[in-house]
Amino acid sequence: MSGVEAVRQEALTDDLGSRRIEVHDLNAWFGSLQALRDVAVVAEPQAVTSIIGPSGCGKSTLIRCINRMHEEVLGARVSGKVLFDGQDIYAPDVDPVEVRRRIGMVFQRANPFPTMSVLDNAVAGLKMVGRLSRGELRRRSEQALRQAGLWDEVKDRLDEPGGKLSGGQQQRLCIARALAVEPEVLLMDEPASALDPASTLRIEELIQDLKTQFTVVLVTHNMQQAARVADWTLFMLYGQVVEFGPTRKIFTSPDDKRTEDYITGRFG
Amino acid sequence: MGTRLGNLRPNARGTPPLRRRSRLGDRLFKGLSVSMAAGLIALLALLLVVLSVGGYRALSKFGLHFLTGRNWNPVFGREDFGALPFIFGTLVTSAIAIVLAVPVAVGLALLLNEMQLGWLRNPLAVFVDLLAAIPSVVYGLWGLFIMKPVFDHTVEPFLTNTIGQVPAIGALFRGAKYCVETQVGNPRACVKFGYNSNGGDLFTAGVILAVMILPIVTAVTREVVAVVPRDLREGALALGATRYETIRMAVLPYAKSGIVGATMLGLGRALGETIAVSMVVGNGLGIGPSLFRPGYTIPAVIASEFREATSVGVHRSALLALALVLVVVSLVLAALSRMRVRRTARLVGGPTPAGAAEIPALEVTG
Repeated sequence: MSGVEAVRQEALTDDLGSRRIEVHDLNAWFGSLQALRDVAVVAEPQAVTSIIGPSGCGKSTLIRCINRMHEEVLGARVSGKVLFDGQDIYAPDVDPVEVRRRIGMVFQRANPFPTMSVLDNAVAGLKMVGRLSRGELRRRSEQALRQAGLWDEVKDRLDEPGGKLSGGQQQRLCIARALAVEPEVLLMDEPASALDPASTLRIEELIQDLKTQFTVVLVTHNMQQAARVADWTLFMLYGQVVEFGPTRKIFTSPDDKRTEDYITGRFG
Repeated sequence: MGTRLGNLRPNARGTPPLRRRSRLGDRLFKGLSVSMAAGLIALLALLLVVLSVGGYRALSKFGLHFLTGRNWNPVFGREDFGALPFIFGTLVTSAIAIVLAVPVAVGLALLLNEMQLGWLRNPLAVFVDLLAAIPSVVYGLWGLFIMKPVFDHTVEPFLTNTIGQVPAIGALFRGAKYCVETQVGNPRACVKFGYNSNGGDLFTAGVILAVMILPIVTAVTREVVAVVPRDLREGALALGATRYETIRMAVLPYAKSGIVGATMLGLGRALGETIAVSMVVGNGLGIGPSLFRPGYTIPAVIASEFREATSVGVHRSALLALALVLVVVSLVLAALSRMRVRRTARLVGGPTPAGAAEIPALEVTG
């Protein structure tokens, strides 16, 4: 893909802790159904890369291949390479559990653990990593909740079950939970699609914040959202990459006619 | 807009009438299901009434003594009916069954549903289901002729010598000394543990019961585990949870209320199981801490005495009263678990109620 090469030339930034993701020749299947065909894309550190396209175009499958969640579906298969800072996460000696700890994910539907308290939810991932003292857990929980912009709203209800928060708060709790394990890349699969406009705005502001520290990959069906928050945009159709480039270019002077048709609302 | 109202066509004035169509099917269905439901409740009420009426003579004659008395003598003229040994035996054998079966069942359900077992999965699942198809009397025979000798000579002595030595709970696994002369005329050649439980004991009955309730508890737990939302599992996986951590963080908390329901189903079975238990429980009236002593259960005593019970004394009435006690005990336990299930379901519920997880608890047998 020439787009990938171009991006690589343009954006060789310094590594500030977040990691670069490169996808090469990625194919993915659900049983006999092929969901991705020869996908290639790069997600740069300290930038938001958005994936847009109509329903069923494979954007969720692509993002789920980046932290090896795709294979959790029965009958799902992957071929190709996903390089995480140069390492192929599909290499045989790679532990998917470690991959998922370092490449965090936020889902379309907020999924806090319903019986766990807000505080415990925020540090659920940390508790698995190692034994931390009660005070340390509390500190890390507060830090993650602050980072997710939720602290002020929940600081008096930390012991309530996570399932009792509002939809938007639950989604930010899930973001806090993902941030608490200090991932290097954050994948977001339509994180605001089930939320009202006010909550959506909060999430978008949050994404802008987060990209200063992380590599963010954002799947969205909302083109305005992609235009607002993304630095790079990938347009997909029928499991294939149609066009990849700087968001401004994709939205103002796309090379491909299909991209233009989609952006201008002629289909999808 | 007129065409939006289904198959109502615009009338002469142009506005379709909003009149209700006759919904005969709906009404029939509603009537039928309401009467079925009412019938079911009536049946339970009738059962309780009949048992109360039948048991009234015994209950009024012995009063509270019927529940607390330890003697059971149906000989006319010297009649004495105290049901405590049976209540004790029923609860103890069922408790043993639950303690042994539930962890195994939950483990099996998780193994079958959560682990990638490959080709082993289906045969294993079928095998567990097949356990439910074995007639209870066959379990009894197997328990009596095959399992019990092994228990008497190996398992129970082993438990006595190990857990039996632990101070507090050890009492459960010890028995009074008894002596079987292995050589005639040589009293020193004794087997030195427990009761001579040639007639069976509570522990053996509990183990048989555990095997018998394993399939139902496993099956219901599998259903409950299967409805844990994918979202929750994936939430845990995406944090870098291993399979065990996913089960502990996402699956078990969500499935907890359903597992309680599954346990209650199993308990219902265990409380009411008759034939297999009566064959191995030993039919003894003693009450004590040891699980290795012979016991008796309510269903077992009803099954073995109802033929001889005449209407001359209160023997028959006493057996009906026993049945009433069994039903009440079952209902109370079912109600208690129902309350517990509600409490967890409310928590888990939130915006998406754990409806599916609640269903098993509704089916608790009386």
